[in-house]
Amino acid sequence: MSQLTGIAASNGIAIAKAYKLAIPDLSFDKKKVDDTSTEVERLTKALEISKSELEKIKEHARTSLGDEHAEIFSAHLLVLGDPELINPIKDKIESEQVNAEFALDETAQMFIDMFENMDNEYMRERAADIKDVTKRVMAHLLAVSFPNPALIDEEVIVIAEDLTPSDTAQLNKQFVQGFTTNIGGRTSHSAIMARSLEIPAVVGTKTITEQAKEGDILIVDGIDGDVIINPTEDEINEYQKKQENFEKQKQEWAKLKDEPTVSKDGTHVELVANIGTPNDVEGVINNGGEGVGLYRTEFLYMGKNELPTEDEQFEAYKSVLEQMGDKPVVVRTLDIGGDKELPYLELPEEMNPFLGYRAIRLCLERDDIFRTQLRALLRASTYGNLKIMFPMIATLDEFRQAKAILLEEKENLTNEGTEVSDSIEIGIMVEIPSTAVIARQFAKEVDFFSIGTNDLIQYTLAADRMNERVSYLYQPYHPAILNLVNNVIEAAHAEGKWAGMCGEMAGDSIAIPILLGLGLDEFSMSATSILPARTQIKDLSKEELASYKEQLLSMDTADEVEAFVREKTNQ
Amino acid sequence: MAVEKTVTITDETGVHARPATVLVNKAGSFASDMNLEYNGKSINLKSIMGVMSLGIPQGAEIKIIADGSDEQEALDAVVEVIKSEGLGE
Repeated sequence: MSQLTGIAASNGIAIAKAYKLAIPDLSFDKKKVDDTSTEVERLTKALEISKSELEKIKEHARTSLGDEHAEIFSAHLLVLGDPELINPIKDKIESEQVNAEFALDETAQMFIDMFENMDNEYMRERAADIKDVTKRVMAHLLAVSFPNPALIDEEVIVIAEDLTPSDTAQLNKQFVQGFTTNIGGRTSHSAIMARSLEIPAVVGTKTITEQAKEGDILIVDGIDGDVIINPTEDEINEYQKKQENFEKQKQEWAKLKDEPTVSKDGTHVELVANIGTPNDVEGVINNGGEGVGLYRTEFLYMGKNELPTEDEQFEAYKSVLEQMGDKPVVVRTLDIGGDKELPYLELPEEMNPFLGYRAIRLCLERDDIFRTQLRALLRASTYGNLKIMFPMIATLDEFRQAKAILLEEKENLTNEGTEVSDSIEIGIMVEIPSTAVIARQFAKEVDFFSIGTNDLIQYTLAADRMNERVSYLYQPYHPAILNLVNNVIEAAHAEGKWAGMCGEMAGDSIAIPILLGLGLDEFSMSATSILPARTQIKDLSKEELASYKEQLLSMDTADEVEAFVREKTNQ
Repeated sequence: MAVEKTVTITDETGVHARPATVLVNKAGSFASDMNLEYNGKSINLKSIMGVMSLGIPQGAEIKIIADGSDEQEALDAVVEVIKSEGLGE
């Protein structure tokens, strides 16, 4: 047996045999053929088989992942039946007397080149569709087997270099027990999909496809990020036990799904979720989220070649609000720039993008973009419990300007006869130290704070969180961070406002007791962290934790803080 | 005798992915040859790659031409899809 360590991407343990997802060798020779009608016949047959496979895959995707994920296969089917692609292939076989493989490759390549060179990201993606489809047809022409994860009908663990969206869309949860890949991280597409399918996954193992053969027995431990190839019987027993414990734990968590989050001594806090798209709401509800604490609207703007329209945005916001009913939904206005680029805005490259033209700074200057988003939000406000939050606020002036624009658009809509809710809370994200320091002044004007720790930590310790060499400075428990967080919470409470936190820290089992003691009102985290956090808080005494406050705030180092919390909470 | 009709695209994003798919599927369900003319170019309306390659924007005037045994029916059906998808009028 051998063991690999990767990144734990999705909880749980799977034990099954390996199924290698790799594109087979599709190389071929150009041949001259005399009997062209037989050659055309071969092509037609390969097209038909490919079509019926794609139909099946599309059905699988529809039932296991929903209509939206099935759409990509509708596009593939259309390409497969496109007369402008198929007829030239047939013509080529006949006029040049070449084999179908060659004719297919030459013709498809011409289209791929054409689409790849278009000045439009959407068109470039179509090139990928043609490639995908061509590979499948080519495999059938060459009579080599083409991996069809959708057609897996026994229990397996899928191993691959990486999984593409179209691969993951095909995975049937009934048979695919888990997966493991060479590349990827916790936030890569494959990892996110594994969590939404709720199957165990370990990504970034670097060499799993080299180390494991098709049919090897694998253990994928998505809790600790380990993969074991051909385990011993003892190891299998050990991991089965671990899996049973995990299942028991999950059942314990599930009992709290519809319960409020209350500490041992009766303090209620809100556990809410971070989401990126309306599709994520289902996970929030299934995991007992008490609301949405951070709706990142960037996804509406990304992966396309132009700004989303007001109506497009309205539909997305309305969908989230309606699905959440009367539960709060905090929507963050566009936070673009920094590491999140929009090619179509053609922003100049910057020396320090994280300290540059991004988020509210961009929105206040490009107020055409900002106003469109605000109008869409205001129009959607009557469909639920909307709260609006501005990102990257560094000065009170920025907040005042943003709020003024919001109120202006509200008035415009009202004058146009459109109904807008009158109870929308307007808050800010606290991620810049200057704002955390003068939170008291802000608290008089905002309705709430949400502390964005990912950025607050990197700005406070002046350490780029993407730079591995300084990643040791990314210290959530650093006493400076705790003091800033405390300052924000105290400022909010002094003015009768609430303070929340969105960012990894809010779901962290060491940070939770500290934050509860400091009096944080709302914790926003990934949906799957909610039930474990609720379970943890149930056993914590807020009063006891609050009594450590002064001690924690005056500690010297992050390590000291962590050791103290571990000891007090038996972790 | 071919039949044709000119429509104006009113959708603010033009002929984008989803309606293009519906359009091509609809055209493909008829026996007649179907073409779409825009900006001096003519493409096969039964070809998704053809339709997409035109990048038809809002405000565009496009001409739909059907030629074959079921041409009138085909033309009406495609124009109907353009309206029902909110693409144009």
